[in-house]
Amino acid sequence: MQVPEFTIETVETLDSEGRLLRPLPGALREREQLIDLYQIMVLTRVFDREAINLQRTGAMGTYPSCEGQEAIGAGIGVAMRKDDVFVPYYRDVATQIQRGVLMEEILLYWGGDERGQKYRDQSQDFPVCIPIATQSCHAVGIAYAIKYRAEGRAVVTTCGDGATSKGDFYESINVAGAMSLPVVFVVNNNRWAISVPLAKQTASQTIAHKALAVGITGIRVDGNDPIAVFEVLDEALERARHDNQPTLIEALTYRLGDHTTADDASRYHDQREYDEARTIEPLIRFKRLLQNEYQWSDADDKALYDDSGKRVQQAIEVYQATSDQAPGDFFDYMFAKPTTDLVRQKKAWLDGLKHHG
Amino acid sequence: MAEQTLLEAVNQAFAYEMRVDEEVVILGEDVGVNGGVFRATDGLIEEFGDRRVVDTPLAESVIVGMGIGMAAQGLKPVVELQFMGFIYPAIDQIINHAARLRNRTRGRLTCPMVIRAPFGGGIHAPEHHSESTEAIFAHMPGVRVVIPSSPARAYGLLLAAIRDPDPVVFLEPKRVYRLGKQEIENNGEALPLDSCFILRDGIDVTLVSWGASIKESLEAASELAQQGIDVEVIDVATISPLDIDTILDSVSRTGRCVIVHEAARSFGVGAEIAAQLAGEGIASLLAPVIRVTGFDTVMPLYRYEQDYLPGVIRIVDAVKQSMEYR
Repeated sequence: MQVPEFTIETVETLDSEGRLLRPLPGALREREQLIDLYQIMVLTRVFDREAINLQRTGAMGTYPSCEGQEAIGAGIGVAMRKDDVFVPYYRDVATQIQRGVLMEEILLYWGGDERGQKYRDQSQDFPVCIPIATQSCHAVGIAYAIKYRAEGRAVVTTCGDGATSKGDFYESINVAGAMSLPVVFVVNNNRWAISVPLAKQTASQTIAHKALAVGITGIRVDGNDPIAVFEVLDEALERARHDNQPTLIEALTYRLGDHTTADDASRYHDQREYDEARTIEPLIRFKRLLQNEYQWSDADDKALYDDSGKRVQQAIEVYQATSDQAPGDFFDYMFAKPTTDLVRQKKAWLDGLKHHG
Repeated sequence: MAEQTLLEAVNQAFAYEMRVDEEVVILGEDVGVNGGVFRATDGLIEEFGDRRVVDTPLAESVIVGMGIGMAAQGLKPVVELQFMGFIYPAIDQIINHAARLRNRTRGRLTCPMVIRAPFGGGIHAPEHHSESTEAIFAHMPGVRVVIPSSPARAYGLLLAAIRDPDPVVFLEPKRVYRLGKQEIENNGEALPLDSCFILRDGIDVTLVSWGASIKESLEAASELAQQGIDVEVIDVATISPLDIDTILDSVSRTGRCVIVHEAARSFGVGAEIAAQLAGEGIASLLAPVIRVTGFDTVMPLYRYEQDYLPGVIRIVDAVKQSMEYR
């Protein structure tokens, strides 16, 4: 028996040289809008590099780089409305900063402080999800609540390609289809789940094909092209908000960094494949587009990088100047009202602190 | 006022709360048209519709995971796992997310969700349908574990669980689902989630139990009374957080304690209570704490399940053993 073949085309707007393959989507025709997309990607790249430096110099804990995946996050962030809900995994800096999460908060979290996920300016988005694919389930529940109250909002949740092997991912896309919920699942197919390549994850023709099994729309998009990502997200979000239709989007990209700062990808990645991925990474292509079509100069580019660098440095300063949590703060957020036993445990711990310093 | 079984009390608590609170939504396998495999949600879909009584696909992890998302949006989901033996795929969601959402967002997002599951043996059920694994959940910081043992406590504790702003694992002893009726006033009054219930006063021995074993504990107490031994029976009911003060107070009067639970013996809730008695309560103890429990074995299939379950005879023997200790 042959496995039936079904082709899902990849949505693209840019070729590998950054040339437009077709007219821009209506919502992204202005030069300023394109520069905004680029600015988000550059800021994310600069942030990412500085975050890795902080870890390398002992000023921050383990950090998962998002280098190479900036276009996905940029496209998602521009397509989402403020009152939509974002349920991220852990390579979503580009989307998070567009949605009001402060860079110093992201640093604070990876710097070992829970207050980094309190998000001063973002009330509804979920914190980053460290276990794999569990967040897909939360997104489905949020979508249920939105539909229950007929609010016309939508949820976007992200994960990596490895996550699509997990039951939670399948259970979630299946429920989203069965209950017709306003949620968009975006898979960052960066080809690696730590050291395991996509070929070892699945025999599925593509990840987008997994949508067919649960009866929802499956789309493949060039994840190194923020315009194409925006376009498919924009359409998927409209379907979600107006028709409660879920969508699975597979965004093709490549993880240019290590899995985290605790990893060394040179142990397992294929150098030729990696070098090739470098040539089609999102920032290079998009800069070419701006240079070729929008009179973007080297001076403009340098100014943007300088400005991004300053913003990141400011965030680092705020992060490093953040005062410590009050002693024993970690006891206080287990329940709305601390239990009798927790009050005793905290008191004993604080008393010990007084005695021994 | 009508006489009700524990099962009917659960149903009545749901109906009461769903009438007054639009945010309460039930979801799980077979909870809708079928009214639950035990009928705990019988008739609710007719009154509240299928958007509030939701039959889900057969997928435990997403049922609980959905509940987390719904709760973070301000709904009050009550999710049903059909049997405790099938709750385990959802443990990831409970321990990694429900239990820590408040802490990891410093209170920005919370999880006011109830996770219900029938549990325990004694109904001649197939394999995987009879275990008592409450200790797994009691060991998770950030979730409450509640086990009612009578219709009135099921009513009051379920209302409290639904109204609680944090996740509650609500385990229903299915052996006593339909065993005995009790008059319940349907007044919406909740019971506290941090207090044991003293079911019978006594001065000789403190008998501590919960869930279906309360039945045998009370029977043992009656039998022992005829032999002149006056047993105080405590229903722990709120397993976590544990109201150790009520137990310590009782043991300070009796000096002796026997703990009864269906769950396997080692590393269980009984061990926690015994450890706290050996700490705070050491000066009161006149005899070693004795546990009458299930065994550290796989729960036998139904033909032999009574061999596993702590029965009246084992409890009576343990109390006498405690009394004889000098």
